[in-house]
Amino acid sequence: MSSTGSAASRRLLDEIGSVDAVGIEERVAKYGTRSIKKASKVFGLKLAVSMVDLTTLEGKDTPGKVASLCIKALHPHVAPEEAKSLDPLPSVAAVCVYPAMVRHARRHLGNSSRVKIASVATAFPSGQSPLKTRLAEVRAAVSDGADEIDMVINRGAFLAGEFGRVQDEISAVVEACGSRTLKVILETGELETFDNIRAASFLAMRVIRPGDFIKTSTGKTSSNATLGNNQVMIEAIRDYFLDTGIAIGMKPAGGIRTAKQSLAFLIAVKETLGDAWLTPARYRFGASSLLNDLLRQLVKEKTGAYQAPYTFSEATESY
Amino acid sequence: MPARPAARRTTRPARPAPELSFGDLWTFDPAPETADPKLRQRYDLFIDGKFSAPVSGTYFPSINPANEKTLAQIALAASTDVDLAFAAATRAFPAWSRLHGSERGKYLYRIARLLQDRAREFAVAETLDGGKPIKESRDFDVPMAAAHFFYHAGWADKLEYAFPGARAWKPHGVVGQVIPWNFPLLMLAWKLAPALATGNTVVLKPAETTSITALKLAEILLEADLPPGVVNFVTGAGEVGAAVVNHPAAAKIAFTGSTEVGKKIMRASAGSGKKLTLELGGKAANIVFEDAPIDQAVEGVVNGIFFNQGHVCCAGSRLLVQEGVAEVVLAKLKNRIRVLRVGDPIDKNTDIGAINSREQLDKIRRLVNIGVKDGAELYQPPCKLPEKGFYFRPTILSGVQQSHRVAREEIFGPVLSILTFRTVEEAIEKANNTAYGLSAGVWTDKGSRILKMSTELKAGVVWANTYNRFDPASPFGGYKESGFGREGGRHGLADYVQLH
Repeated sequence: MSSTGSAASRRLLDEIGSVDAVGIEERVAKYGTRSIKKASKVFGLKLAVSMVDLTTLEGKDTPGKVASLCIKALHPHVAPEEAKSLDPLPSVAAVCVYPAMVRHARRHLGNSSRVKIASVATAFPSGQSPLKTRLAEVRAAVSDGADEIDMVINRGAFLAGEFGRVQDEISAVVEACGSRTLKVILETGELETFDNIRAASFLAMRVIRPGDFIKTSTGKTSSNATLGNNQVMIEAIRDYFLDTGIAIGMKPAGGIRTAKQSLAFLIAVKETLGDAWLTPARYRFGASSLLNDLLRQLVKEKTGAYQAPYTFSEATESY
Repeated sequence: MPARPAARRTTRPARPAPELSFGDLWTFDPAPETADPKLRQRYDLFIDGKFSAPVSGTYFPSINPANEKTLAQIALAASTDVDLAFAAATRAFPAWSRLHGSERGKYLYRIARLLQDRAREFAVAETLDGGKPIKESRDFDVPMAAAHFFYHAGWADKLEYAFPGARAWKPHGVVGQVIPWNFPLLMLAWKLAPALATGNTVVLKPAETTSITALKLAEILLEADLPPGVVNFVTGAGEVGAAVVNHPAAAKIAFTGSTEVGKKIMRASAGSGKKLTLELGGKAANIVFEDAPIDQAVEGVVNGIFFNQGHVCCAGSRLLVQEGVAEVVLAKLKNRIRVLRVGDPIDKNTDIGAINSREQLDKIRRLVNIGVKDGAELYQPPCKLPEKGFYFRPTILSGVQQSHRVAREEIFGPVLSILTFRTVEEAIEKANNTAYGLSAGVWTDKGSRILKMSTELKAGVVWANTYNRFDPASPFGGYKESGFGREGGRHGLADYVQLH
């Protein structure tokens, strides 16, 4: 970080407070020791299902793959026998695709679907395009029918301490997405420190609207959502809410593959933000393989036995 | 635009202060630890390598403070039994002290490994007997007890390197040890391991409400083939403890417990030539400066006072918080303790278990009432408590003054007294203005301030940006009325030998 960058960062941290990395890791280690059984487990698993932004972000995505993703999103598990017994199994919160796939998703989901369409935009994942191009991409995704836009912040500007520029760009995207929900990806893996993650969370929250989200990562770098950076961000959300009354949502993304992991994240939400955030309106998981593990655990809770992976539809990655 | 419940609050003209709701949306099912604690119905005294009935034939019940049910009958030792124990320890001393250090080390390694093998069983027994949450006995007490045996096993054959400058060392002889009820197995390990490593033999009295894990450890000592008489356990209340510490055959006394009893022991042992180490009460200051990372400081304050229901001599029971952040720290503390789970200690999700005894519960209640009467403001989260058993809600007393009893007396319960300060000097003055001096905590981003505080605070342990961290290699002990002598590390070993 340049010297002007670190000065700006110090000023901001003076205002919002800093984070002790060791303390954060100690705090989140406690979530992992919670033991969630029986009905509380089923509740947690179903809640997690309802919060999944079922994601496919690959260069090789096809309209066909997006179609099967949409069906999976609406009806996560369709094996006739267990589907009945798992009733009512929620649909997931959203499908998350590249802008070029939005219109295909819209065609399959129709106009009044309970599953939202989220589109990454703003030159995802790097954000390395002129602002004009990034905004045009957002508008294109919106006009193709996206309900939610997942943008990336300008990490170069952030790390250089150009906080005004970071915020101006987010504001421009807010304007470009109109009434659509915005999720601001901080790309925590590139921000180096918990202090930076907290600072970036505040910068974003101050220019987005109630009900918009901040999101950990793109899933395209080596380090994605962790309980640690999730904790830093939900504490920022909590502090901002208690200060202003504005409720911002949270979306950890990338790296959450197992049901057990997702329950630990939900416990973090329950114990940090409280019941009002235990809803897909305020908390999401950006994930693909997570959904099938959630289903596998749900079926196991019902039948007492783990089913073979091929029992579940392969709309996402292979096991 | 999707439904946004959050928007309701912001659009209301005169909005109330935003609040978080920690309700019943997602309740957790009971998650009891099911390992068998393998308790006997009756525990005899452990003297001279065997379990033997007390001379009087009397037993007393040990109850589970979580539900007040009797767990087992414990032998009540009389002074004749204590004599027998000292006689056995005296007989065992010559051979044990002459044994090569590497051989003594082998016994200690064996004890440590056997304890690890039976860790879950011991954790459950400890939780049933003492009331502490299973996650603490499982993740802290039992592993830490094993770690102390391992650590001292390593020293047993290296003692000539432990005391630089000393020409020679030898063990004291028979050591009389009396331990408290808050960490029954861990305190036993703290006492036993260094004594055995240095070639002493031991007569130890566990606390009367928590004798079970000591007697279970006696089973391990038998399994480890420890020579008879090297370790003897006599059980009972204060009179048995007095018989142990006043016994003429005791060359050294090691006591952990209340300052009141510690003073009595000191008086009684004066002029007897007995070596003495005391680890007594505390009223530690946990000091939070304005520049500290507040959430992590709050977490540390919670660990500091609510660990083991506050039944910790080094508990951070006085929070000194700098004025500028006093309000925010208090608000964050309240939110944090709303999600602490108080209840059945055997449940894996329980954060705060049962108070160890009715007597202790009454004492906590009495002191909290006095605090409120003195003018402190009380906060307790609205959690449900089990109907049977001894429970006390995590409690915050704010607006406490130095002269208040809750700022001066050790409550030994889940009760945090909050005071404020403006300058560094004021913090040091307030922190040191106590009869105790066992531990302290400092929370700040500034390294130089940590160093300054750690030299100025009159406390045996000063934690910086953490609290209640333990390691067998790190000496632990107090200043002033918190006692003297150290346990752990080379300093702890030195208290179990005579140096020449």
